[in-house]
Amino acid sequence: MCGTCGCGEENKITYRKAGEKEKLNLEHAHSHSHGNEEYTHDHHHGHLHDHFHEHDHNHATGHATIIPLERNILSKNDLLAERNRGFFEGRNIKAYNLVSSPGSGKTSILERTIREKGTELNCFVIEGDQQTMNDANRIKAAGAPAIQINTGTGCHLDASMVYNAVKALDVSSDSILFIENVGNLVCPSMFDLGESKRVVIISVTEGDDKPAKYPDMFQSSHLCLINKIDLLPYVDFSVENAKETALRVNHHLEFIELSAKTGEGMDKWYQWLANIKTS
Amino acid sequence: MHELSIAMSIAEIVEEEARKAGASRIEIVTIEIGTLSGVMIDALQFAMEEVMLTTSFSGAKINYDIVTAVASCEECCNEFVAEDLFKVCPVCNSSKTYYIRGKELKIKSIEVERDN
Repeated sequence: MCGTCGCGEENKITYRKAGEKEKLNLEHAHSHSHGNEEYTHDHHHGHLHDHFHEHDHNHATGHATIIPLERNILSKNDLLAERNRGFFEGRNIKAYNLVSSPGSGKTSILERTIREKGTELNCFVIEGDQQTMNDANRIKAAGAPAIQINTGTGCHLDASMVYNAVKALDVSSDSILFIENVGNLVCPSMFDLGESKRVVIISVTEGDDKPAKYPDMFQSSHLCLINKIDLLPYVDFSVENAKETALRVNHHLEFIELSAKTGEGMDKWYQWLANIKTS
Repeated sequence: MHELSIAMSIAEIVEEEARKAGASRIEIVTIEIGTLSGVMIDALQFAMEEVMLTTSFSGAKINYDIVTAVASCEECCNEFVAEDLFKVCPVCNSSKTYYIRGKELKIKSIEVERDN
């Protein structure tokens, strides 16, 4: 398995539009190479060390050169993310990267959003999961075009996957693109997808210390949706504690409390979406 | 959290840059890591040792330049060492603070030998 993206030769990332039988044959546009064709690894293990190894360079002649690189280790992803971002800005597409732990209600929030505002907002959805078409099918049933990325063993979406998915989905101008990331509060925080805004979702059935346990994600997000507030009377979740902790990590973070089930608070979410500019 | 992936990205960039520079041998790789970059330095060192075995620079020395995170307070303009992501200002106790440094995650330089 390739550790950079979680892909493996036998475990390829797949793309399939909701409602279509065939997987799309998209080029695996990751820019890193697999293997090291250029350099061979020719250690000779097991031979007796009864001879001198030839040392064919001379340190004293000063061939050593320091090459300053100052290159960000995630630069390839970041560059492709900026390319996505430019495309979104040029077409006036508002792109939102939705991140959370599994089960917080990301898909339910999107379903309700599409049912209630789909036509007005012109929504498109990229769904990221390790396996299954379930979420893309749910979104399509709600009324928006959706493409499913199955990352196989990968724990996050990256900019190249979004690049491929956006091309296949043919996202139109003046629209909203929701990118539902793989349910994981850790790994996706380091990978810019080119989104306009990052939205982190927690639900009241989780601990209110999530922002303390996984601060990176809250630090890099713009909006925090607190979902399932209809269940507040039955759980020990303190909205105030959660907000206070999250604000200590990121004092610019905005909050909206809502319930995708009852619809409470959804109007504030729609208002927030309407106020965002792409650039 | 992604130390193996990070190590593989480092190896890839180092080999690519060494090729571009026409290097015959990579001697030293200098990596700059902020204390709040999201990467555990011990885990990265461990991962690098493993990853390097499959590269052309398995014998190279890796320098880790650790950048201590520093934050600045929006309220009182105090600059202070940030121990964690909560970065509360020790002077005025405000959490309205932002990073000046400490998020770095980059390859600073490579030292190579050339054939000519």
